Amino acid sequence: MSTAMALAEHDAQYGVVAALRWSTARDLRLAMRSRSELAVQLLFYVIVVSLFPLAATPDRVILQALGPGVLWVAALLASLLSLPRLFASDFADGTLEQIALSPYPLPALMTGKVIAHWLTTGLPLAVLAPVLGLQYGLEPEVVTLLVLSLLLGTPILSFLGAIGAALTLGARGGGSLLALLVLPLYVPVLIFGAGTADAMRAGLSAAPNLSLLGAGLLIALVGAPFATAASVRIALD
Amino acid sequence: MSLYQYSAPAAFYPVAGLLAPWFAWAAALCAIAGLWIGFGIAPTDFQQGEAYRIIFIHVPAAWMSMFIYVVMAFWSIVALAFNTRLSAMMAQALAPTGAWMTFIALWTGALWGRPTWGTYWAWDARMTSELILLFLYFGVVALRNAIDDPRRADRACAVLTIVGAVNIPIIYFSVQWWNTLHQGASVSLTAAPRMASIMLTAMLVMTFAAWFYSIAVALVRVRAIILERERGSAWVAGLPRLQRA
Amino acid sequence: MEFLAMGGYGFYVWGAYGVAALAIVVEAWSVRARARAAEKLAAATPSEDRGR
Repeated sequence: MSTAMALAEHDAQYGVVAALRWSTARDLRLAMRSRSELAVQLLFYVIVVSLFPLAATPDRVILQALGPGVLWVAALLASLLSLPRLFASDFADGTLEQIALSPYPLPALMTGKVIAHWLTTGLPLAVLAPVLGLQYGLEPEVVTLLVLSLLLGTPILSFLGAIGAALTLGARGGGSLLALLVLPLYVPVLIFGAGTADAMRAGLSAAPNLSLLGAGLLIALVGAPFATAASVRIALD
Repeated sequence: MSLYQYSAPAAFYPVAGLLAPWFAWAAALCAIAGLWIGFGIAPTDFQQGEAYRIIFIHVPAAWMSMFIYVVMAFWSIVALAFNTRLSAMMAQALAPTGAWMTFIALWTGALWGRPTWGTYWAWDARMTSELILLFLYFGVVALRNAIDDPRRADRACAVLTIVGAVNIPIIYFSVQWWNTLHQGASVSLTAAPRMASIMLTAMLVMTFAAWFYSIAVALVRVRAIILERERGSAWVAGLPRLQRA
Repeated sequence: MEFLAMGGYGFYVWGAYGVAALAIVVEAWSVRARARAAEKLAAATPSEDRGR
């Protein structure tokens, strides 16, 4: 067959879209097999969020001010907890090496993993947020913005976290090292994410925050998979 | 005759040994000169009194903390692009010095803030970004220590440094945004006093002192790293200084 | 003496410079110690010409 047809067929079989579909489906399937692990992560989120009022004050006004920030910090921590899961088991049994050797483009495979990770971590957090917002007495408009910011921001957490997870593969220090590496990178997401609801509470427009989150998501989408792929290759050397 | 011959650790080792004392002495002389100008010649500030003299150590340290990270990122890019060892070793040697400079900037900044603006820590954009920079430095050092294979550590730390470097402007921008929103108006908390030119001179001389000091320390450290990683090779075994040890 | 007092800000000025000087001394000393330890280690390692 002609070169163009051969290329088209190769792309259909091993191109970016095929890689995304394969990688996302696989990781989702694997995640569904250990649903309890996912449930535990969500429970962690719920418990952490509940701890702050207990530690500080049940004063409604203060809680309303703190609410978005606390929910965001808890989202960061929950994300950190779930990151090792991205690569650990694949790395341990040699599957990751096979994945890296496959004809699929590795950055696309990384994006697929991140999408699956977000669907099982970030998305449930965003869905749970309104319920937890009740604990902090957040008003409906604030909750809406909070959920929106979480929907935009948690994928960024997954993309950036994947880089950290890949870098710390086979390194000693485990979860704490991952946290040290990734949390500084999370700071802008935290600021703009929590700032969205805070802006609304302060009477300002939340649009700039959301736009910046969206921009951050685009940048992460374009850049992070390549850094993650590079880190995976380094870890496999 | 090109400079590239010095990109081999074996060739750079003696050069570093030759250069380090010169930079150390240059640093000492600049420090003496800078402090003499800063304390002896520069007048008392109208608003801040004698407390402003802290800027002669605070600002150079802060500049160096950022400059060293940029240089680290540069060597990391070179290390990844050309797969060279010495550039990675140089990045490895710079990280601790960068962390120390960041710490000095934070500490002196806190002690400057207390008498001038009433608080040791004010969550302003520059100091908060400086704090995150310290965490970035710690992260690079921690990752280096966590990976056993030196070449793998080289590459992993290079990626981390570059990712961090891309993020630093974003982090600074986001913290500044957050800070101006919550500050409301006006006061730039870490604005230096309107500078008489003599104060600027002292600050510049002290910056050179910090720069030369960092180079000297990095050169000595890279020599140690070269020995640690290249030991067992013939050129190391042939070093006259070691045979005397 | 007024040099030490620094117009009443002595605690802050010398606290800042003191810790900075301490940091520099600690770093310089530790880097020299590392260099000396590396020399000892290298002297004790037999030559295999691995050049890693």
